[in-house]
Amino acid sequence: MIRRVLALGAFVFVTSCGGSGDGPAPASLTVFAAASLQPAFEKIGKDLQSKDSLHVTYNYAGTQTLTSQLTQGAQGDVFASADTAHMTTVVEAGLIEGTPKVFAHNRLEIAVAKGNPKGIHSLADLARSGLVVVLADPSVPAGKYAQQALAKAGVSVRPASLELQVTAVLTKVSLGEADAGIVYVSDVRTSGKVDGVAIPDPYNVVADYPIAILKHAQDSNAAFAFEALVLSPTGQSILVAEGFEGA
Amino acid sequence: MALAAAGLLLFLLPLAGLIARAPWNQVGTELVATETATALGLSLFCSLTATAVALVLGIPLALVLSRTTGTLRGVLRALTTLPMVLPPVVGGVALLLAFGRSGLIGSPLHQLFGLQIPFTTTAAVIAETFVAMPFLVIAVEGGLRSLDSRYEESARALGANSWKVFARVTLPLLRPAIFSGAVLCWARALGEFGATITFAGNLPGRTQTIPLAVYVALETRPDGAIVLSLILLAVSLAILIGLRDRWLGAP
Repeated sequence: MIRRVLALGAFVFVTSCGGSGDGPAPASLTVFAAASLQPAFEKIGKDLQSKDSLHVTYNYAGTQTLTSQLTQGAQGDVFASADTAHMTTVVEAGLIEGTPKVFAHNRLEIAVAKGNPKGIHSLADLARSGLVVVLADPSVPAGKYAQQALAKAGVSVRPASLELQVTAVLTKVSLGEADAGIVYVSDVRTSGKVDGVAIPDPYNVVADYPIAILKHAQDSNAAFAFEALVLSPTGQSILVAEGFEGA
Repeated sequence: MALAAAGLLLFLLPLAGLIARAPWNQVGTELVATETATALGLSLFCSLTATAVALVLGIPLALVLSRTTGTLRGVLRALTTLPMVLPPVVGGVALLLAFGRSGLIGSPLHQLFGLQIPFTTTAAVIAETFVAMPFLVIAVEGGLRSLDSRYEESARALGANSWKVFARVTLPLLRPAIFSGAVLCWARALGEFGATITFAGNLPGRTQTIPLAVYVALETRPDGAIVLSLILLAVSLAILIGLRDRWLGAP
């Protein structure tokens, strides 16, 4: 009895960790992607599934979370980061096959409620008292970029919260709990529930998004196919449609 | 036996991992770091307040639960245990939709009194109470159901009114159940992460409790995160051991 329970436990453990390898399942791929990439990568994954019947599983989170998961031994095939610093950390940990390639750029924008009821027109407006401003934590790429933009504009903001991923900033604004938040242009574009207030170029920050194949990829062919699609004209046009700038 | 040992190992191994990887030379610096003290103080304040609120609201709820029967009981019980099965992040979103600035209750509160609950320490306490109170209610309800009703009947027969029966007979008999429920509730509140981050946000000194501080530190300075976790562990153990003697006396 005990042996049978243990065997069952081991079976559940193996199947839940394995993913691929159980029978003739279609090729599958695990992509670790920055939270801001979700709308674009969902479309790219669908494209890949319909063309090559390749099934893509995503792990979306703040880039800093993905980085610590990977350096702690999480199993994945592709890593797409929202900044080069965290990609470098993963490269230095010896986890990357080849060299990372920048596949997209993004800029910052101020997200406000539809119709901009609080009349927010610039970074300086974010310092107004009585305004609930939410930023990403400085450990999150979007939070680091936001800090840089605010510093360039010489504005000091007292945030109500420092969120752990940029999509959480967007959620707080779209639910009406925050008056404004600094997010990516692509977030505003795909959300549909907030309006964007542009940040002028002199204060804005350009985010570079690098992609790379992970050394312990289970299916490196599939991983290369995914990376190639992201860098291809098709992938690039999907990214641009979702508010990114092409590489 | 073997299964019990396996069960125990499941608890012990992660703890051993933490202790093995702990940068002991940094414990001192981390202990005196202001961020640690701030997060620890906030965590203790929020979790103890949440437990107090849960005691005030949860004991009456348990009383009602223990005295209802049939379908109503099933419904009430399901509602009470809902936060235990709901993913805490979803609980946090639900709290936003209820108490947020544009939420069901939050919207009139905001318009009439200019009150805003999210991103405040109050929000962190509400989130912890929401997630942790079921543990207290279930424990107290269990205690009430296994209570020998003859003591209460005797007290009533001797002329005590219902409040006096509750305060002088029921409550003292319930003490072990209330104690264990409160401890479970407090422990759950102390470790709360998902509902807090979603409903209350993350700001040092206001809503950044230890679990949130650990999560942030894990990415920027993993050693600090391990030390913070150990501090939380040590503080909770100390409080649990201290409370046990004081509340229960000699077993």
